[in-house]
Amino acid sequence: MSVLVYTENWDGKFKKLSFELVSYAAGVAKMLGTDVIAVSIGKVEDTELKKLGNYGAKKILSVDNDKLITLDNQAYTSAISEIAQTENSRVIIISNNNTGKSIAPRLSVRLKAGVGSGVSKLPLNLIPFTVYKRTYSGNAYAHVVIKTDVKIITLAQNSFDVIDTPNNAVIEKVNVSVDGSLLKTFVKDVQKQTGKILLTDADIVVSGGRGMKSPDNWPALVELASLLGAATACSRPVSDEGWRSHDEHTGQTGKIIAPNLYIALGISGATQHLAGISSSKYIVAINTDKDAPIFEAAQYGIVGDAMKVLPKLVAAVKEIRK
Amino acid sequence: MKILVCISNVPDTTTKIKFAEGNASIDTAGIQWVINPWDELSLTRALELKDDAANGVKSVTVVHVGPASAEPTIRKALAIGADDAIRVNAESSDSWFVAAQIAEVAKKEQFDIIMCGIESSDYNGSLVGGMISEFLGIPSVSAVSGIKIENGQPVITREIDGGKEIVTVPMPLVVVVQKGIAKEPRIAAMRGIMMARSKPVKLIEPAAVEALTQIVVFEKPAPRAACKYIDAENAGQLIELLQNEAKVI
Repeated sequence: MSVLVYTENWDGKFKKLSFELVSYAAGVAKMLGTDVIAVSIGKVEDTELKKLGNYGAKKILSVDNDKLITLDNQAYTSAISEIAQTENSRVIIISNNNTGKSIAPRLSVRLKAGVGSGVSKLPLNLIPFTVYKRTYSGNAYAHVVIKTDVKIITLAQNSFDVIDTPNNAVIEKVNVSVDGSLLKTFVKDVQKQTGKILLTDADIVVSGGRGMKSPDNWPALVELASLLGAATACSRPVSDEGWRSHDEHTGQTGKIIAPNLYIALGISGATQHLAGISSSKYIVAINTDKDAPIFEAAQYGIVGDAMKVLPKLVAAVKEIRK
Repeated sequence: MKILVCISNVPDTTTKIKFAEGNASIDTAGIQWVINPWDELSLTRALELKDDAANGVKSVTVVHVGPASAEPTIRKALAIGADDAIRVNAESSDSWFVAAQIAEVAKKEQFDIIMCGIESSDYNGSLVGGMISEFLGIPSVSAVSGIKIENGQPVITREIDGGKEIVTVPMPLVVVVQKGIAKEPRIAAMRGIMMARSKPVKLIEPAAVEALTQIVVFEKPAPRAACKYIDAENAGQLIELLQNEAKVI
C-alpha cells in the first residue's frame, strides 16, 4: 500500500506547490499508516528530486523519457497509472492546477478511482473516506465520500502548509512503457512571458478594478506590486475594457487564485469576482463605496479613493523596506 | 465535421446559496437556472466555427444530463444557435456518472470535436471533459483558450504557466475550454427563440452507471473576521498592520 503524489516540475525545478503536495501526501499517509511515493516526470537533477524527501516522501520515482517532454494527457495518464498499479497506491494526490485537471479525470477512468477535486483539508474521515472540497465557487464546501478502493485527490493550491518532515528518501529511476502511437499532442509554438511573477504562484497579489478609473492610473498600482514582490491582477470589467490583459482577470470565469494577501483597489466585489479570490488568506479592500460587498470579504479595509490611497501605501512600503 | 457541446444547468452565479433541511442539498426555491458560464462560451465558440463555411462544421449539438426541469436551459442553447439537443434523462449524481452518460451518447453519434467547460460553477469538479475522453479512448486538451480550424484540422491554444502553447491534436478529441475561448457569450435573438421551439431535443434514458462519489453534507465557508477599517488619511498604517499583525508582507 502507498500514497502516490505526482509532483510536476518547471524546467527541472520544483515549486512551493510541489512541496505543499508532498506535505499533504505525508499527512494522508500518516492517517493510513503507510508511506509516500513521489513521482516526477521529466528531466530533474537528483539534488532537486532529493528536496521532496524534506517534506515526507519515502521514495522518489523519476521518469525521464524523451516521449514525455510535452504534456500529452493520455501518455501522462498511462505513465502514472502504471506506477500507481505497481506501487499498489490507495490514494493518488495531484495538484488542482491546469496539469492536474488534465490528468486526474483520465486517471480516474483508467483506474476506476473516484475523485475529490479542489480539496483543501486532510481527509475528514477514513471510513467512509471523506474529503472536504470547495463548491459553488467558494459559497459552500462539501463533505464528499469517495466510494472506490483507489481514491484520487486534487489539492487546491495554497490550501495546505508546507511541513518539514525530513526523510532519507531514496531516488529510483523508472522506465515506463510509452506507446509512441498514443502521443497525439504536437506543439507548434510556445509563447511565454518571462520575468513576470505568475498570478497563480504569487504570495501577494495587487489587483485593480473599475475604481482605478483609467488605464493611465496603473503605474502606481504596478509600483506597489513591484515593491511587495506581488503579481498584478484585475477585475473582469477592466480586462473587458482592454485596460489590462485578459491574463490578469481574476474571478469566476478568469483565474481562481489563493494568495496569502490580495489587495483589491477600486473593486466592488461582485459575487463573480469573489469566487476567484475568496480563498485568499487575507483580503484588503480599498473602495470609495463603504457598502461595497468587497468589505464583507475583507479583513482590512480603507474607505477612500484608490488613486489617493495608492501613493500613501507606496510611501509606507518604501519606509519599511529601508 | 460535427461538434458536441456539453452543457450543465447551474444556479445563476449571483445566487446566494442556501441549503435544504439536513444540508445534504441546496435549497432550490427561487433559483434562476442558467447555462454554466464556460459551457455558454464553448457553445458560442462552436457556433462561431460553424458560421465560417470554410471550417466545414456541419452541425453543433448540445448534450445535457439532467431531469426535465432543465428543458428551459436546453431551449436557451437552441435559441442561441445549436442545431439540436440531446438530454439524458437522469439526475446527475457525480462527474463520473455524467461523463459516462455523455460518452455513451458520443459512442453512438460519432462527433469530431466534443467541447466542455473547465468546470461547472456548482460542483467545481473540472472532471467531466477529461473523463469523457478517457471513456472514449480519444485525446483531450485542457485549459484551452482558443480553437480554430486550419485545413480541416483543429489548432488549439492551451494555457500553460506564464504563457500559451499552440498545439495540434487529431480528431476526434475532447477540448476542455476556459477563459478566452470566446469574447462574450452569444445572446439569443427573437428569431432564434422562435426557431428553438421546433428544434429537436432527443430524450435518452440513462445507461446503468453507479456514481463513485457522493456529497454527504454541505457547509458554509468559515466566517471571516470582521473588517478592520483604517482611515484613508493614514493609509500607510495598513502596511504596518500587514507587516506586524497579519505578518503577510
